[in-house]
Amino acid sequence: MRKNVLLVLGASSDIGMSVAKKFAQEGFDIQLAGRNSYNLENHCTDLGIRYKVNANFYELDALDFNSHEKFVRSLPILPNVVVSCIGLLGDQSESELKIKKNVTVIRTNFEGVVSLFSIFANYFIDRGNGTLIGISSVAGDRGRASNYIYGSAKAGLNAFLSGLRNRLFSYGVNVLTVKPGYVTTKMTSGLKLPKALTTNPEKVAYCIYKAYKNKKDVLYVLPIWKFIMIFIILIPESIFKKMQL
Amino acid sequence: MFLKKNNFSSTEEITGWGLYPRFNVLKKNPKNIDELTEAAKTPSLIARGNGRSYGDSSINKVNTIDMKNFNRFLHFDESEGLLVAEAGVLLKDVIDTFLPRGWFPSVTPGTKYVTIGGMVAANVHGKNHKNSGSFGNYVHWIEIINIDGEIVRCSRNENSDLFFWTLGGMGLTGIILNVAFFLKSVKTAWIKETTLVAKNISEAFRFFEDNLNSPYSVAWIDCYTKGKSLGRSLVMLGEHAKINEIDFKNKSNPLKSPKKRRISIPFYFPPFILTKFNVRIFNFFYFLNGRIGRRTKLVEWDTFFYPLDKISNWNKIYGKKGFAQFQCVIPLTNSKKAITELLNCISNSKSFSFLAVLKRFGTETSYFSFPMEGYSLALDFPINSNNLLLMKVLDEITVKYGGRFYLAKDSRIKKNIFEKSDNRISEFRKYRQNKIQKKFSSIQSDRLNL
Repeated sequence: MRKNVLLVLGASSDIGMSVAKKFAQEGFDIQLAGRNSYNLENHCTDLGIRYKVNANFYELDALDFNSHEKFVRSLPILPNVVVSCIGLLGDQSESELKIKKNVTVIRTNFEGVVSLFSIFANYFIDRGNGTLIGISSVAGDRGRASNYIYGSAKAGLNAFLSGLRNRLFSYGVNVLTVKPGYVTTKMTSGLKLPKALTTNPEKVAYCIYKAYKNKKDVLYVLPIWKFIMIFIILIPESIFKKMQL
Repeated sequence: MFLKKNNFSSTEEITGWGLYPRFNVLKKNPKNIDELTEAAKTPSLIARGNGRSYGDSSINKVNTIDMKNFNRFLHFDESEGLLVAEAGVLLKDVIDTFLPRGWFPSVTPGTKYVTIGGMVAANVHGKNHKNSGSFGNYVHWIEIINIDGEIVRCSRNENSDLFFWTLGGMGLTGIILNVAFFLKSVKTAWIKETTLVAKNISEAFRFFEDNLNSPYSVAWIDCYTKGKSLGRSLVMLGEHAKINEIDFKNKSNPLKSPKKRRISIPFYFPPFILTKFNVRIFNFFYFLNGRIGRRTKLVEWDTFFYPLDKISNWNKIYGKKGFAQFQCVIPLTNSKKAITELLNCISNSKSFSFLAVLKRFGTETSYFSFPMEGYSLALDFPINSNNLLLMKVLDEITVKYGGRFYLAKDSRIKKNIFEKSDNRISEFRKYRQNKIQKKFSSIQSDRLNL
């Protein structure tokens, strides 16, 4: 039997690497896509040695939309599972000053993923199976002063994934939205994260694999985040706007 | 509750495994080689692995470079067990990956949560030093970012001076980047362990000397006994079990290890938990268990080599102030006398230590590594003024008998004592003088003027 294949978009991220490792451990062949080829080629070698799977690197720029169709066609095997770890946190204070940077945050987190997932969705419909996994964020559940640029892009992504799930369900294609909460990664290094609300990339990867196996729709990696976000969503706007969150 | 990036300072409090001393330092986490070479441009720096050295060896106040992102295997040659790995790879990952294929580290320290770079820097030893020597004996080559920011390869034949100073050089010769080292072939994941109960320290020494052929040996000493039973201990001997020696149910998959959960300690123990009384009770049961337990049994590798790793942060049991480990090695001719004197001194003091670990070392193999032929004694002390004083006395005894100290464990030795203990220090200083000394330095190397 041919091995299942996982494609990681934005593979140089810590979550991306951990997901690749977890799936490789479960016997998947791995395709890593992203910028920063030096790192990723070594990662492929590492995955090959560690888990005795085939792992290859493919160059991808999430913001170069015109190249996406070509990128997907260039893959030697259409993957069974695609996970997008494309993400850019940006710096909110900087974002307020530099509108151009805001646009990059939005385009990376939202448009990049939309473009790639839309292409894969069509291929998966043709094949009649497949799973799309989007790493989104709890920040997308409600816009807050501290990071609403990133948050709004993730909110868009949440809506997109939800709609895509709705559309693809009848074709046998699954879509999983992942909201990790705080994770100790390169993206959050330098931030002081509260311990009880923070998890690590390995845990995220483990939960993603489990959710994939169980064909879940939305995954909060730490259940406590689900309650926090429900609470935050329930606060009336007239009060919410006065809070410094 | 929501976060803002702290733009004003990126200092971070870090410590060694002993949680003492604590320092606020600037730390960098380079993600790839370009960021690493950029980070290496500062005038003073030290590379840090998983922070399992006990004291201040891997801490530099202005630039501590975290190597944990360099954690990939680069090559593996199945025919001879040669593994090429980046310095930040954890030993645990090496075992998890290669033990199921029949390979095990040739030398391993008492924890698997060390990085390969750290193992080279401290040239670590294990329970098999008497026959197998230090980790460095199995290192084929090392790639180092040197003083000029270039990546240089060194081995026994190529840049050999750099190679031998780097083994045990505590990261003070450059940033260890990639390491090629040999694993050894094993048939099972099991260890045949024999426990001998020694009534006192002389008997323990006799057990060691009578069993020099046993691949692994270590003794746990009860530090509370006095007089005739001073140095009462459990001497554990081990060897890798062969296929026909393991239980029937494991035979179908001899290299598989049972999955175990790690316990973690959620908070610092308050001081009243580790009192002399409680530790005595613990030791009593520990020895009772050793006495009534089976003499020879099969244990899986994790239990034999890494008993403490079962508790993920056992360093917290000594409380918030942290602890220091005293580890010395005494030359063979003086071993018995010196270690008896050390134990006497400890059991007569008001201090308490859980258990002391005694190991037999073989001959010395690199320029600046800790081991020499003789016996090594290691014990932990919670930090307080009594214990710090006691350790000073232990330092003096060690020096008196020609012993030396393990830098990977040290957090407090004074420069003059260290100089007296190790006559190789002047050669090391000569090698490092001027440029290297300024560039690669830790708080420890500044303290000891290495």
